[in-house]
Amino acid sequence: MLIVFFVLAFVAVGTAISMLVTRNAIYSAIFLVLNFGTVAILYLILGAPFIALSQITVYAGSVVVLFLFVIMLLGAERLPGGEPLKWQRFLAIPLILVLALDFGINIAREGGKIGMVDVPPAGYGAPVDVGKVLFTQYALPFEVTAIILLSAVVGAIMLAKTDKAGRRRDLYKREQQQEKTP
Amino acid sequence: MIWEWVIKSLFILIAMTAGFAYLTLFERRMIAKFQIRVGPNRAGPFGLLQPVADGIKLIFKEELVPANADKLMFILAPVITVIPSLIVTAVLPWGPDVTIGGRTIHLYLADVNVGLLYIMAVTSISVYGITLAGWSSNNKYATLGGLRSTAQMISYEIALGFCFIVPVLLSGSMSLVDIVNAQRGLWYAFLQPGAAIILGITMYAEVNRAPFDMPEAEQELTAGYHSEYSGMKFALFFMAEYIKMIAVSMIFTTLFLGGYLLPFQGWFESLPVIGPIIPFIGPFVFLAKVVALLFGFVWVRSTLPRIRYDRLMAFGWKILFPLSLLSVMVTAVVVLLVNR
Repeated sequence: MLIVFFVLAFVAVGTAISMLVTRNAIYSAIFLVLNFGTVAILYLILGAPFIALSQITVYAGSVVVLFLFVIMLLGAERLPGGEPLKWQRFLAIPLILVLALDFGINIAREGGKIGMVDVPPAGYGAPVDVGKVLFTQYALPFEVTAIILLSAVVGAIMLAKTDKAGRRRDLYKREQQQEKTP
Repeated sequence: MIWEWVIKSLFILIAMTAGFAYLTLFERRMIAKFQIRVGPNRAGPFGLLQPVADGIKLIFKEELVPANADKLMFILAPVITVIPSLIVTAVLPWGPDVTIGGRTIHLYLADVNVGLLYIMAVTSISVYGITLAGWSSNNKYATLGGLRSTAQMISYEIALGFCFIVPVLLSGSMSLVDIVNAQRGLWYAFLQPGAAIILGITMYAEVNRAPFDMPEAEQELTAGYHSEYSGMKFALFFMAEYIKMIAVSMIFTTLFLGGYLLPFQGWFESLPVIGPIIPFIGPFVFLAKVVALLFGFVWVRSTLPRIRYDRLMAFGWKILFPLSLLSVMVTAVVVLLVNR
C-alpha cells in the first residue's frame, strides 16, 4: 500500500507541476484530468469509493470538458511565451524558500508520527451513509450549496442570453415574408 | 482468487471485442435485409469470416497523420475512446451465483456499492477521446464534429443520470447486483416505463448512433471527429462505438429488463427438474435480451432519418431533461408512499 501511495503521490505532484509548466493549454487541461484521476485513486485507497467516483464524474468528466471547449473555441491553445507579470518571477524565489522552510519545520516536528492510516471497515463511506449525513447533520450547508448553484445557473443563463430574445423567430418570419412578396 | 478475477477480466475483454466484430456483421446483414439487399455473404458460411477479413484489411492499411496535427494526442485519442468502453461493464452481473464442484462462483467481476456511479464516471471520461480526436486532427470539420458530439453526449448524460436514479430509488441500492435481484418480482421497465423509454432514447444519443449520429453527418461534417483517421486508429473508433452499443444495451438490460432473470424466475426455480439448471442459463437469458436491444439499434438506424443538430439539443434539454426529472420525482414520491 505504501508503494502504491508513493507512486500515486509522485504522479499527482508530477501532473500538477506539468499542468503549470506546459505552454499548451490543451495539455494543461489533460494534465489536470490526470491529476484528478490520481487523487480519485488516493480516495479509493482511503476507503471512500463514493467520493472517488464523484470526483471523476464531476471534475474530470464535466468541468474539464467545459474547459477544453472554451480553449478550443477561443483558439487559445498556444499561450504567449513571455510572462505578463514580470515581477512575479522575483517574488517566486523567496516564496519557495518560505515553503521549503515550512515543510522542513513540519517534517522535523511531526515526521516521527507519520504512519499508515488503518484501512476503514468494509462498507465505510457507502452511498447510504453519505446520503444520511448529508440530509441530517449537514442539511443546512447542503441547502445553501444548492441555492448557490441555482443562482450560478440563473446567472449563466442571464449572461448568455442575447438582448433580443425572439431574434431568431423574427428572422425566420422576415424570410417567410420575403418569400411571399415577389 | 486472483486467478478468478484475471479469468473474468479476460473473459469480459474478449467477449466485448468478439461482440464488436460480430455486431458489425450482424448490423450489415440486418440492414441489408431491411433494404432488400443480400449483404456480405462471401467470406465463409453466411459471411461469418467477414469481420476477420475486415480486421486484416484495416491492419495493413496505411496510417496517415495530417500535417501540423498534434501527433501525441492524435495517437492517444482513439485509445482514450476505446478503453472506457471496454471497462464500463466491469460492474454488471451477467448471471446469478452458480455452484460448480462445491465452489460458489459469482458471475460478475466486481460488486461495488457505487456501481452506477462507476458507470457514470467511466462514460464521462470517454468524451475526452472524441474531443481530443477532433482537436488534434488540425481539421475544421473534425474539430466541429468533435465539439458537436461531445456537447451532445454531455447534454444527454444529464437525462441519462436521472434515469439511473430511478432503479436506485426503487431498489434502494447503487450496486447493480442488488438492482437485478430486486427485480425478481417485476422488471422495472413495467414499474417505471417512462424512465425506461427516456433511458432508451438517451442511450442512442450517448453512443452517437442514428438518429443522433451527428459525427457521421456526412453532408455537413464529412466524417466528424474521425475524418482524418485511417487504418487501425479508425478501427479503434469504430470499435469504441460498437462496444459502447453493447455496453449500453447491457446497462439497460440490467437496470430495467431484469438482467439475467427470466420472467417468472421464482416459478421456474421452483419447478422440479429444470429448477436447478435455471441459474446456469442466466448468462444466456442476459445475452438474448442484449441481442434484442442491439437489433433495436440496427432497426432504428435503418428506419429513422437523422435529427437536425439544434432540434437534437432542444429535444435533449427541453423535453428529455424535464421529463426525466419528473420521473425521478414521481418515483421518489411513490416509493415513499408505498414504503410508509
